[in-house]
Amino acid sequence: MSTVVETHDHDGHHGPAKGLTRWLFTTNHKDIGTLYLWFSCLMLFIGGGMAMVIRAELFQPGLQIVQPEFFNQMTTNHGLIMVFGVIMPAFVGLANWMIPMQIGAPDMALPRLNNLSFWLLPMAFGILLSTLFMPEGGPNFGWTFYAPLSTTYAPSTVNFFIFSVHVMGVSSILGSINIITTIFNMRAPGMALMKMPLFVWSWLITAYLLIAVMPVLAGVVTMMLMDINFGTSFFNAAGGGDPVLFQHVFWFFGHPEVYIMILPAFGIVSHIIETFSRKPIFGYSSMVYAMASIAILSFVVWAHHMFTVGMPLAGELFFMYSTMLIAIPTGVKVFNWVATMFRGSLTFETPMLFSIGFVTLFTIGGFSGLMLAIVPADFQYHDTYFVVAHFHYVLVPGALFGIMAGVYYWLPKWTGNMYDETLGKLHFWLTFISVNVTFFPMHFVGLAGMPRRYPDYALQFADFNAMISVGAFMFGITQLLFLFIVIKTIRSGKQAKPEVWEGAGDLGLEWTLSSPPPYHSFTVQPQVK
Amino acid sequence: MKKLVTKLVLVMFSTLPFVIYSAENSDYNMPVGVTEVSQSIFGLHMLIFWVCVVIGVIVFGIMFWSMWKYRKSKGAVAADFDDNFWLEIGWTVAATAVLIWMAVPSTQVMVQAYDDAEGEINILVTGHQWKWHYEYMEDEVSFFSNLSTSQEQIDNKIPKGEFYLLEVDEPLVIPINTRVRFLITGNDVIHSWWVPDFAVKQDAVPGFINTAWTNVPETGIYRGACTELCGIKHAFMPVVVRAVEMEEYDAFIAEKMVLAEAERMLTSKEWTKEELMERGESFYMTNCVACHQANGKGIPPVFPALEGSEVVLSDSAKQIEILMDGIQGSAMQAFGDSYSEVDIAAVITYTRQAWSNGKNGDGAIVTPKDIVDYKNKIDL
Repeated sequence: MSTVVETHDHDGHHGPAKGLTRWLFTTNHKDIGTLYLWFSCLMLFIGGGMAMVIRAELFQPGLQIVQPEFFNQMTTNHGLIMVFGVIMPAFVGLANWMIPMQIGAPDMALPRLNNLSFWLLPMAFGILLSTLFMPEGGPNFGWTFYAPLSTTYAPSTVNFFIFSVHVMGVSSILGSINIITTIFNMRAPGMALMKMPLFVWSWLITAYLLIAVMPVLAGVVTMMLMDINFGTSFFNAAGGGDPVLFQHVFWFFGHPEVYIMILPAFGIVSHIIETFSRKPIFGYSSMVYAMASIAILSFVVWAHHMFTVGMPLAGELFFMYSTMLIAIPTGVKVFNWVATMFRGSLTFETPMLFSIGFVTLFTIGGFSGLMLAIVPADFQYHDTYFVVAHFHYVLVPGALFGIMAGVYYWLPKWTGNMYDETLGKLHFWLTFISVNVTFFPMHFVGLAGMPRRYPDYALQFADFNAMISVGAFMFGITQLLFLFIVIKTIRSGKQAKPEVWEGAGDLGLEWTLSSPPPYHSFTVQPQVK
Repeated sequence: MKKLVTKLVLVMFSTLPFVIYSAENSDYNMPVGVTEVSQSIFGLHMLIFWVCVVIGVIVFGIMFWSMWKYRKSKGAVAADFDDNFWLEIGWTVAATAVLIWMAVPSTQVMVQAYDDAEGEINILVTGHQWKWHYEYMEDEVSFFSNLSTSQEQIDNKIPKGEFYLLEVDEPLVIPINTRVRFLITGNDVIHSWWVPDFAVKQDAVPGFINTAWTNVPETGIYRGACTELCGIKHAFMPVVVRAVEMEEYDAFIAEKMVLAEAERMLTSKEWTKEELMERGESFYMTNCVACHQANGKGIPPVFPALEGSEVVLSDSAKQIEILMDGIQGSAMQAFGDSYSEVDIAAVITYTRQAWSNGKNGDGAIVTPKDIVDYKNKIDL
């Protein structure tokens, strides 16, 4: 733990190094946060480009642009990149930037580890993306990589995929250790656990989830590796193995993973709603308990992804009830956000618009989630576009809106410049409209019976698929505007005040620092009342 | 009236204009289906949907009203409260009550749908890459069901038919008003057998036999799909079920038994090269083209070329072994158990003559008898 206390000006002669080495060797939480965020942005456009290929092929029935084997590589890599390369690194980037500033610390507790956990990521994704250029092509078995399609029947590049997942897992675990250590050891005096900002709380819980489930993912890919190369039969029925075991292990990782991708967004949105309602968050402690209950429940609901796999009746019912239970803490959070806005004094800057978009559309994703929890109904929904609609509603206007809201909210703090409010609002409205044009009709094609991961489909789905594709192209192009706004803000803009938002000065320690903040956030620990 | 209500709800669910369009097309809701189970599930689906709509209207209503009423531009001043114990307890209890209320009918329907007792007719459904195999357990009748949509339609060379990608060469035939139990398994990877109108969706997992059942009250043709990603032709292995009167079903089974007998007779027949070629070509076009392609060039390196292959050119014994037993650890499955000796012999003969292989290789003719000999050798 750092106990450096110096009275002279620290930044004058100890700023960042110059050139490329600043980024390669940096141990500074802000630089690493920036790296994470830019990496995530790059991956957003790569994974988004894959989505554009998918939607271009699905624009009309018949095979026009790509063949099914390439289509399957696109769906698989789109999923893997968006989950592991966009949402997770973006949240880690926000954590790196904001946690030390929100708890009154100079930096993260383990800065060298921090550097390592970032630089593992480009390596992991370099390995993953390189498979697309190999003769056998990249992974083509879906981002859930069910055995034996991903073992006995996989292209040999699956070994690169497995190695890549291992590296991502190490990166996440190291990042989580760092976050937990920072939160427990470096809080400013007076900041009790129940006084921590909700974003810090959300990340503390997320980091524990990551440490608990990343080894499970590593385990399952290692079992695959053994099956493929060393003659074991974990998932090979012909050798006495069990293909369903794969799904149980995978989803034991996979379900907490789903909440890893949403909890930090809960934290961000809570801050934004209280800032722009000019009223403290309603039910702070129930917010914390709700996040903790969601995290705990996430370990006992995994088989709701597997209702059609052939489980005993008691199993189906157990996982239905436990899944329905999750609606309670999630509902409490939504009620709390609404109650925060109630009798506030509201303004609607871009971060607030994205947060309101988040609350509304994430709740719709929650409703479809509740419908999917009902086992008998799930027999009809399972593996159709209804599921695709559901998880895109919670991940795009859910997690991604949370990230964008956070970026708009803190960008003036990071850069010292205000973003262009008009462009920001334009970005929000174009995004909000296109996201709904893209994902809402997916509910209908799913209910009508279109299965997911299909490169071609029956004629009755044609109209809605064309509409979905148009929405998706619009959504894709709109994000270039986001990129433009961010770059423009970094280069110029109205000077931002330290508190940036009216009244935000009382809401968190980050707003007491200058905009942009000093290179080492708090060299003297602030006192929290 | 029920339809009208459905439409209204769909409109309310979103303010987006395209919803109105979709609400007018009831094709865009879950199919009601024809069985008791599918109808109960539809009812359950609409119930949960309604619950979500009501909660949504209340929560979003309060939220949007607050956004309107307490906007700063109108001079709203923020109140200073940040909790209310009884309110929080209240909505937690209310949410719990709604969930319990929903869990009751869900459990009832689940118990109704879940029943693995034996059927009057039991059918073994096996998912293969990329076709379904149906075996009537009582009558020892079995056949494959392949997509019958032509590749030209998929490649947009000719107009698409009405049942594009929803049609097969041989649909599964079941009698109406009879309890039919499906025993579902997979041969290679996991598939999933789904018929929306029966509300039957069950994964076909290699090494496991899952059960599902139905009792169809109306004759008709019911179309479904494979719903678990199973490789490149995942979208091209539809399920088609024809539900018929009992008499027609009996006639169908009788005819199938006669055909099967005739098929067995064919093994002992003396085959000419031309006859084998003709039969082999049609078998190849149905079962082999997906991977090895019509021109025999395959999609290397995953699916090797047959044209110019050492084995196909000059090693007929090895080729028989591969066809019969498959290649472990690859996509090449064992065809020996699923197809007749005649078909195996014919397709081997065909591949040894087709393309440039007849010219460049030994062009050996493999007869059904060779296949029988191979089987006997293994048995010893």
